Amino acid sequence: MTSVTIRIDGQDATDTPPAKRGLAMVFQSYALYPHMTVARNIAFPLRMAKMEKAEIDRRVRAAAEVLNLTDYLDRRPGQLSGGQRQRVAIGRAIVREPKAFLFDEPLSNLDAALRVGMRLEISELHERLGTTMIHVTHDQVEAMTMADKIVVLQAGVIEQVGSPLELYRAPRNLFVAGFIGSPKMNFIKGEEAARRGAHTIGIRPEHIDVVENGGVWQGTVGVAEHLGSDTFVHVHDTGLADTITVRVPGEVSHRSGDRIGLAPREDQIHRFDAQGLRIG
Amino acid sequence: MARDVKPRRKALNTALAWAAGLLIFFPILWPILTSFKTEGDAIASPPVLLFFDWTLENYAVVQERSDYMRYLWNSVIIAGGSTLLGLLVAVPAAWSMAFVPSKRTKDILMWMLSTKMLPAVGVLYPIYLMFIQMGLLDTRIGLVIVLMLINLPIIVWMLYTYFREIPGEILEAARMDGAGLREEILYVLTPMALPGIASTVLLNVILAWNEAFWTLNLTAANAAPLTAFIASYSSPEGLFYAKLSAASTMAIAPILILGWFSQKQLVRGLTFGAVK
Repeated sequence: MTSVTIRIDGQDATDTPPAKRGLAMVFQSYALYPHMTVARNIAFPLRMAKMEKAEIDRRVRAAAEVLNLTDYLDRRPGQLSGGQRQRVAIGRAIVREPKAFLFDEPLSNLDAALRVGMRLEISELHERLGTTMIHVTHDQVEAMTMADKIVVLQAGVIEQVGSPLELYRAPRNLFVAGFIGSPKMNFIKGEEAARRGAHTIGIRPEHIDVVENGGVWQGTVGVAEHLGSDTFVHVHDTGLADTITVRVPGEVSHRSGDRIGLAPREDQIHRFDAQGLRIG
Repeated sequence: MARDVKPRRKALNTALAWAAGLLIFFPILWPILTSFKTEGDAIASPPVLLFFDWTLENYAVVQERSDYMRYLWNSVIIAGGSTLLGLLVAVPAAWSMAFVPSKRTKDILMWMLSTKMLPAVGVLYPIYLMFIQMGLLDTRIGLVIVLMLINLPIIVWMLYTYFREIPGEILEAARMDGAGLREEILYVLTPMALPGIASTVLLNVILAWNEAFWTLNLTAANAAPLTAFIASYSSPEGLFYAKLSAASTMAIAPILILGWFSQKQLVRGLTFGAVK
């Protein structure tokens, strides 16, 4: 490293070895030591720090209690489920009482149900410890629900930094606009965009209303996805884009092939220039 | 998944497996049996298989004629020494190739292995002359060095393969947890690679133990291991089959016992459950 410095908590950490930076990391693959019991896995960083045995025991017990691992301390990683292994990896991180945690996609190896559960557990742990956590994820739901501040990166370039709602309300460019929010924002080019003084306009599915007659745009219903609380209606033949997705609250009875009118809420339309940057 | 096999078919399979096993084991079994025969029975035609007068006389004669323990000790030192020395060189080499590979790592590995394709006799003269100059002829240290060198490619390859199965992230985690290179290798890499290291050691000990080309050509009396001990009993005339067999049995017995006791350790895998 020649021209940059890494600062952690105000201290220059550029030449500090990873272990001395006061950071703890949870790996995507957990990277547990397979030949050690859960207790020894969690104790490893403390043993390396040459801590007293009584203090190590105390900290391991405390961590195990926080993470519901007390009954598993004598098992080996191979005898644990995915979620338990994940908790051991987190345990190994919290005993070090670091200045910040680094989580490298910690939930991506878990199945969907477990992922939602662990998401909550990590958020609760964060509340309790009050320590900074840097959490890398590809899952925008994870990002939106867990973060105080999101940094959106694309190919190593920071696209935008802000709170989840800032990113949702005022995405700085097309990439962020398309990344945050589910279903994805609709992008419209051409005449409709030009009329509003932009190269591209974007509107979220929840900001378009379905009207029986008229509407600003018209189209044919393709597929309607019923989620119970909401319905996602995919509308074709609007002349705007291949598909316009509309989010309608509750159950609606639009069928494939129905002609419907769409009324975008003008104040919720995002405008982008030819470079994909936000206008206004 | 177990297939539904009929009892008759199963019996046939079992018989075939036993036949194949015996066929492979026969060249070892035969000298062991012969070593308990009298010289007369040893060359009897048709050969007697089990019903002969069992005798330990050959072992007594062999022990009387030559000092078995001295050869054994030489074999132990040469096989053990070349293996230990090989490990000292190969562990760091395999570590760097497995965890810090470069563009040329694969080529280096292939090149190392290619040296095993060379006929050993092709370098006999240069090595023999070097040994004379350096005063290494008929010394144990000389043999330790030569056997270490000829088996090194295999040790490095085996360790490389085992190390490759250890996820690099676990070593990164250890570094993150504050382990230095020494602790990383001692507490994390070695315990995880132990089955691999054990089987590498065992295989190398066996290879070095059985190595007959260099041990016969580079030794005379002082450093002669068990291979030379056996060779001294093969003579063009006289009735020596039973004694030769007794000498062979004594030479292979230690390695046979070692292999028997360590086979479990060889099969065991420890890495399961480390990641995912």
